Amino acid sequence: MSGFQRDDANFRTSVIQLDRPGDPSVFSDQVRADAAELISRYPEGQARSALLPLLHLVQSEQGHVTPDGIAFCADTLGLTKAQVAAVATFYTMYKRTPTGEYLVSVCTNTLCGMLGGDEIFAALSEQLGIGNNDTTPDGKITLEHAECLAACDYAPVVTVNYEYFDNQTVGSARGIVSELTSGGTPVPTRGAPLCTFRQIERQIAGLFDDTTLAPEAAATGTPTEVGVKLAIDRGDTAPSYAIERAGESVLSQGERLSVGGSEAADHAVDNSAETDAEATARRAGKQRSPSAHDAPLATAESDPKNPAEPGTEKGA
Amino acid sequence: MTLTPVLTKRFGTDQPWKIDNYERLDGYAGLKKALRLQPDEIVGIVKDSNLRGRGGAGFPTGMKWSFIPKDNPKPKYVVINADEGEPGTCRDLPLMMNDPHSMIEGIIIACYAVGANHAFVYIRGEAVHAIRRVTAAVQEAQAKGYLGANILGSGFDCRITVHGGAGAYICGEETALLDSLEGRRGQPRLKPPFPATNGLYDSPTVVNNVGTLASVPYIVLGGADWFKQMGPEGSPGPCIYSLSGRIANPGQYEAPMGTTLRELIELAGGMSRGKELKFWTPGGSSTPMFTREHLDTPLDFDSAVKAGSMNGTSAVMIFDEDDCVVRAVQKWSEFYKHESCGKCTPCREGTYWYVGIYDRLERGEGTAEDLDTLLDLSDNILGRSFCALGDGATSPVSSSIKYFRDEYQRHLDGGCPYVGGRTLAGAHA
Repeated sequence: MSGFQRDDANFRTSVIQLDRPGDPSVFSDQVRADAAELISRYPEGQARSALLPLLHLVQSEQGHVTPDGIAFCADTLGLTKAQVAAVATFYTMYKRTPTGEYLVSVCTNTLCGMLGGDEIFAALSEQLGIGNNDTTPDGKITLEHAECLAACDYAPVVTVNYEYFDNQTVGSARGIVSELTSGGTPVPTRGAPLCTFRQIERQIAGLFDDTTLAPEAAATGTPTEVGVKLAIDRGDTAPSYAIERAGESVLSQGERLSVGGSEAADHAVDNSAETDAEATARRAGKQRSPSAHDAPLATAESDPKNPAEPGTEKGA
Repeated sequence: MTLTPVLTKRFGTDQPWKIDNYERLDGYAGLKKALRLQPDEIVGIVKDSNLRGRGGAGFPTGMKWSFIPKDNPKPKYVVINADEGEPGTCRDLPLMMNDPHSMIEGIIIACYAVGANHAFVYIRGEAVHAIRRVTAAVQEAQAKGYLGANILGSGFDCRITVHGGAGAYICGEETALLDSLEGRRGQPRLKPPFPATNGLYDSPTVVNNVGTLASVPYIVLGGADWFKQMGPEGSPGPCIYSLSGRIANPGQYEAPMGTTLRELIELAGGMSRGKELKFWTPGGSSTPMFTREHLDTPLDFDSAVKAGSMNGTSAVMIFDEDDCVVRAVQKWSEFYKHESCGKCTPCREGTYWYVGIYDRLERGEGTAEDLDTLLDLSDNILGRSFCALGDGATSPVSSSIKYFRDEYQRHLDGGCPYVGGRTLAGAHA
């Protein structure tokens, strides 16, 4: 086969290393409990639906999909190992060789690639001395080029363990990798703090706790908000509509909603119950964020045709 | 031209993803109204609104819902396609990150309308940030009684399972998504039967895109006539245009369907490096590219088709005169080759041949025959492959040759005139 360069790590039909039968007993009781929790999210008799999450789960334990992981999924779901391996080899995110503590993915699809992603990939490859889908000898970093990461408005993007580093340059991307190499933890541009590859795989499996759910992580940036901010500047709004607002107390008592009575009133959309004072207080120190009252749809407060009494709706 | 933020209206407000803030801005008011109506009335409102699927195909949503058979004794399901991966597309992830409850509210309304009690949100695996946020939002909605048993005392039960994928663009195709959700390789199914009768677990299933369902609460609140005030009659409503590439201020711009690129470029502050526009996609790489002559084409489902392309995912990637169109298509072809599931021959082999030819063209080793081969390949993939991935792969190839044959010619006469010191990552080869 001279002249035919096979990219083993990326070769769709290559099998997982099944050089041994695999031992499902290496996984702890906790992992078994996690698997049961994942299976319970699907209808009775449809346990196989949990296979993709389970493969992420075994990967979170072992750093890649091993014969043990295949055997565990097969045992747990009543499938053959061949059925599990067939699925595992189909999807890019299931790694067939040991993956580093940090998976650095550079988008080299057309948009990111032409805006600098190709140069970034080449620079990181040179810096780390490894190619696509390779891992540094110390097991710290795996480098891969990625397909479109759905953040084209932040191009070019790099992700580390799937957390975004936006608007990268060769210099900034080299800086991220240097920090990782020297034991640091770079801070993603948006979203939750960086964790290890195994930890993020547990989250992708669908297993979170109050910390990893990261409810405070902003995950927004200029391109996400640019249109809405421009609308505010221009005074642009969508057409408003009147809504019926029945008293929420009716609902909270568990009764069917009823329209009418003094509680039903016409309001413009985006009818905030927040007072201006509250909004101002909340906005203090957070200049970059427009308040609800700046939201581009006409509010009752800003629309003299629809007078409202702030604060009355909530407790009505 | 006016911006019309509806789905994006909460972006930039204080933590809009939290349920208290969402409720303060009319959140779950649509659900409360919907639960007072009969399911058929909701399907009627959505039908009347002419809402068309935001996932790319533009199929009328109300009609899709009405295909769910009422006499089928099997459980019914709603599945949300959040496997956003079409090159250029970056709309559903910010929507789920910033305003997950609008999608969840839409899901509950859709479930109520079609008689489903279980919905699945299939989010691409790489988008762990969105998996995280939607999971948290589902928990919040459960705690507030918007999900679970006897929702708001209505007697209606609904649960949502958040499901992460594992990196396969093909799973954005609805039947491949269903196979993947059943724990199989994500390969498309033969249609018919369609998911409406034989979908998830061979049961009646609605598959809708994130942006489609996030539009539903507003339509229920505002009514069909309100929705139709924006955009053309056959393709109405607000559209989130995702602008990227050689543009001064890339990002999400929500404007009425039918907005033109000329207007969008003006909104986004012009081109980014003072060069002329050269080529662009109206809705992702699978939609045939446009050029400067299409600056005034209204970008809605019907007008884009009339002009020879599609509105797709309204992912507008913009390239200028210093960008090599052959190189752009080479990289898209590498993508389709990598993501082809291998099930059908025209797509699997055709995309492989594309890449080989584009590599030659960029290296300056192409021949005039190669251009004919590219067009011949496209003829043999388009309409002959199992699903839309193959059709999509032909779009950049055929359209770029149609508009830029002279540039291909220049590649034959000595290689890529743009390359300079650049090298491709080339990792797919």
